[in-house]
Amino acid sequence: MSRVLIVARNTFREAVRDRVLYNLVFFALLMIASAVVVGQISMDIETVVMISLGLSAISLIGLLIAVFTGVGLVSKEIDKRTLHAVLAKPLRRWEFLVGKFAGLAVTLAVNTAAMAAGLFAALWLVKHSITRGDAVVLVAVYFILLKLMLVVALAMLFSCFTSPLLAILFTGGLYLAGLFVSELRSLQLTNLTPQMQKFFAVISYVLPNFGNYDVMGAAAHGRSIAAMLILHNTLYTILYCAIVLGAAAVIFSRKDLK
Amino acid sequence: MPSFAIETENLSKEYPHGFLHLKKKTSLDGLTLQVQESEVFGLLGPNGAGKSTTIKLLMGIIFPTAGSARMLGKPVSDVSMHSDIGYLPEQPYFYDYLTAAEVLDYFARFHGFSAAERGERVQRMLKKVGLETAGKIQLRKYSKGMLQRVGLAQAILHDPKLVILDEPMSGLDPVGRREVRDIILELKNAGKTILFSTHILSDAEMLCDRVGVIAGGKLRGVGSPDTIVGVKATGLEILFEIAEGAVLPASIKAKAAKSGAGYQVSVDESELYSAIDELRAAGARIISVTQVKPTLEDFFMELVGKESSRAAAIEVNPQ
Repeated sequence: MSRVLIVARNTFREAVRDRVLYNLVFFALLMIASAVVVGQISMDIETVVMISLGLSAISLIGLLIAVFTGVGLVSKEIDKRTLHAVLAKPLRRWEFLVGKFAGLAVTLAVNTAAMAAGLFAALWLVKHSITRGDAVVLVAVYFILLKLMLVVALAMLFSCFTSPLLAILFTGGLYLAGLFVSELRSLQLTNLTPQMQKFFAVISYVLPNFGNYDVMGAAAHGRSIAAMLILHNTLYTILYCAIVLGAAAVIFSRKDLK
Repeated sequence: MPSFAIETENLSKEYPHGFLHLKKKTSLDGLTLQVQESEVFGLLGPNGAGKSTTIKLLMGIIFPTAGSARMLGKPVSDVSMHSDIGYLPEQPYFYDYLTAAEVLDYFARFHGFSAAERGERVQRMLKKVGLETAGKIQLRKYSKGMLQRVGLAQAILHDPKLVILDEPMSGLDPVGRREVRDIILELKNAGKTILFSTHILSDAEMLCDRVGVIAGGKLRGVGSPDTIVGVKATGLEILFEIAEGAVLPASIKAKAAKSGAGYQVSVDESELYSAIDELRAAGARIISVTQVKPTLEDFFMELVGKESSRAAAIEVNPQ
């Protein structure tokens, strides 16, 4: 376990030095500046617009970092051959993989937390107060973070057996497909054969359900989010990440490096 | 205690290639080799001969298609044995945004050293490889030679029993090469087992107890540099001066060549005294008689030159 932490710590340090987190300053400034503008042009719904805008921005920026950095986590180390010296240490390949995942997960957590702080600062500027009801925004931010973890795990899996470009495309494609899992499950497929119906049913459960993480509407309108959903999403993310990282570890452990 | 530090048996590696990966290219073909403990062993071969493939197979960076390998008595798949192994990859590259000291500290953590011990070892290694003043500079600003030094430092940081160096002189200037040679000799004197690959023959002749010559993915010969070149007959070279207009005996004249102000002639040991007598009779002044010892270079060129045009890539005397 300690070896996983050594890799994770180095991944976080490398990410910080690589200026991944520097977008935060820009983002926070942008949020606060836009809060002033939104406050002036939105009658009564300035808070709703502000929260929707903020959560969307956190999600989008987080997704970009998760996909591009997630794919690069392993593929860059293979391409630049930094892995050769690392794997010469008493370190198993799965430990390296999990360490890289944990390092980026921490990076994303810090990133998301800082962006959330920017959002709350903007909210305070608009409302001149932060209430207990705004805690639902924190839950929405937490769900975004869980979603990003899953995206990183998928990006790492794809980068273990394909080129970085294809890995980005596969991860992006799977993310988009995962947004519509609920729709896929509710589709009326009576025209299809029983085999095809079964196939789509299986697919709808195999695909990562990214729709579950979207509570932006509830957060923007101050509606509460069920504790059960928080527990469900947390466990779902842990289980799905474990399966995806397990598959990545199996592939990576047998991979010939350059 | 294992009898061999490194043992390979029929170790082979094929790479699929072609559009559908249906064709196979053999990088290493049935390598059977033993490296004894406390031995400096050189893997020689031209570029693409299979030296790096061998080392990557040993380090678990790639996996064999056939055969097996053991290091320090354990199969190479057992990474726990890496605690006792130091490895310098070919053209090493590290994390751009970390300093040399931070990278060494990172690697030292895997060996479980305390913070104080890590700090002491990192500083000692930076000094050893001549980077004590550059330890706090980010590696993206390092030259190739400086990265090579960092690579060497991380390979020996934890005082390993077995050190594997892939082209350790690569990218270094003459001073750097001398320093690396000194470090290898220091490790040798400390009783470490060293396996290193090189295409620079003078380094192998100077440092190795034994060498293995690889060409075309196959091991062509193993032995001490002296033994391996001893396959060839030795000869003698006579250097002499002779007055202008003097007549050389026909047997000498046919083989003599101009050398500076005088001439040189190569003869077999059995012909030495008769040749000297003939030269003296002709009024020549003998300057020196030298035994011509074939070098590893001669052996190497003969061995690989016949089979591969790539032998031209051999760097015979880079200095």
